[in-house]
Amino acid sequence: MKIPSVEAEPLLHVEGVNKLYGINRGCQEIDFNLYAGEVLGIVGESGSGKSTLLNCLSGDVPPDCGQIVVASSVGDKVDLYQASESRRRLLMRSEFGIVKQNPRDGLRLQVSAGANIGERLMAIGERHYSRLRDVGIDWMSQVELDPERIDDFPETFSGGMQQRLQIARVLVTQPRLVLMDEPTGGLDVSVQAKLLDLIRSLVSELNLSVVMVTHDLAVARLLCHRLIVMKKSRIVETGLTDQILDDPQHSYTQLLVSSVLTP
Amino acid sequence: MNNQAGYNFAYLDEQTKRSIRRGLLKAVAIPGFQVPFNSREMPMPYGWGTGGVQLTASILGEDDILKVIDQGADDTTNAVSIRRFFEHTAKGIDTTTDTAKATVIQTRHRIPEYALTEQQIIVFQVPIPEPLRFIEPSETETCKMHALEEYGVMHVKLYEDIAHYGHIATTYAYPVRVNHRYIMDPSPIPKFDNPKLHQNKALMIFGAGREKRLYAIPPYTDVHSLDFEDHPFAIQQWDQCCHLCGSDSSFLDEIIVDDEGARVFVCSDSHYCQQHANANNFSDNAEVHS
Repeated sequence: MKIPSVEAEPLLHVEGVNKLYGINRGCQEIDFNLYAGEVLGIVGESGSGKSTLLNCLSGDVPPDCGQIVVASSVGDKVDLYQASESRRRLLMRSEFGIVKQNPRDGLRLQVSAGANIGERLMAIGERHYSRLRDVGIDWMSQVELDPERIDDFPETFSGGMQQRLQIARVLVTQPRLVLMDEPTGGLDVSVQAKLLDLIRSLVSELNLSVVMVTHDLAVARLLCHRLIVMKKSRIVETGLTDQILDDPQHSYTQLLVSSVLTP
Repeated sequence: MNNQAGYNFAYLDEQTKRSIRRGLLKAVAIPGFQVPFNSREMPMPYGWGTGGVQLTASILGEDDILKVIDQGADDTTNAVSIRRFFEHTAKGIDTTTDTAKATVIQTRHRIPEYALTEQQIIVFQVPIPEPLRFIEPSETETCKMHALEEYGVMHVKLYEDIAHYGHIATTYAYPVRVNHRYIMDPSPIPKFDNPKLHQNKALMIFGAGREKRLYAIPPYTDVHSLDFEDHPFAIQQWDQCCHLCGSDSSFLDEIIVDDEGARVFVCSDSHYCQQHANANNFSDNAEVHS
């Protein structure tokens, strides 16, 4: 596994983030840094606060307290929830990519696959149809979709294809930071394997930084450089993936690791 | 004033008219921006131009000359009923079918062929004022998108047209950018009329009664139709001339004239058509009335 280059400045700095919907429901006391080129996995059981944390990171849900600071591509640091809404949305549009668990939430189902891929480009000012078309075809083949189907509606795609289309739609603007919520959830095992392969190669090719929520430790082992283990809204353990999976320290992590069936 | 008993001049009460005019001032100050206004129940159904009627009522004075058109024609149902409405309720005003004589023109679906002047105001009836509505059902979200100029999705629609039809197939309510800022729905005028919005000498105001929104394009404002660099905006063209007046430069309606499916094309702007026919002594086909 490639060791990410360690820079002095983290791409994403999360400090003291709390967002609670009830006692120990949500996430609290969350601190971590994410560096460029790093893939960070957030694992934990259902209801442990993984998705709440991801929603805070993606600008959708303001945390009760704490700060989320992003190093933008122009060089300054932006506190996600202190910045103006226009700045935040611009940042989301240009530097963040968000891959939803259910591709139907992340796609526009009423427009064609090509338009889905082109939308973010049009949003940042591309006004040349043929170029949009070429990029669309290129990305269709990059995510192993038949470029012939560029004018088909996502409705007519299978679940795995929709998920790949969503990934193409998000990555087309080459965001620096990609947030993924269970990208392989709900897919059958062989499709999952192909998708994981695809994500892994795209991550290394494009040098993406990724925060990925998953409850699947196999996915975490395959993709993530570093892991955060959450339980009942708190981080209970962090470390390198292999270190956590091979030598878990916290009792909950030990339980999690031992509960995985190994064939 | 010689008004119908119990009714104020031009039907609406003065306070309402004043508040609509305040809205209009704001709309003129921010070209293309949709201003909410206190739309009233009018004695006609929504979809018949209640928004346009309220704007017209609020700007009419006794010495105004009103022209009302529907699909370009002065003699269609909507035009006739609205003209009669103001003849009854705004006693003292004159009505006309002559584009050049009118000071206020209320229109549905067309801009007259003859160029407008600085002395004229044209009022549009608008069914759906929000150009982003087709892709974003939430009003708060569309407001935000306008405020932050997040207009990328507008091109998604044009992209879809080209992908499926090979060209931009949107032919009416073609979205425009006003004064390099707001994206605006120019009401369901054919895109043929879009170039007339650009740098027009007349004040153009738009009213949507059901949606309670009004907006405006002040005189001499830049208005650009959205397009792609390699698929530039283009207006409709016909390979015929008008059957009645022989015009080759006006917007033509297709009319079926018998049970066999025979069809002719005639100008949709009835006043322009008559003038043009008279000027050219083009009366051979005068028996075909629209």
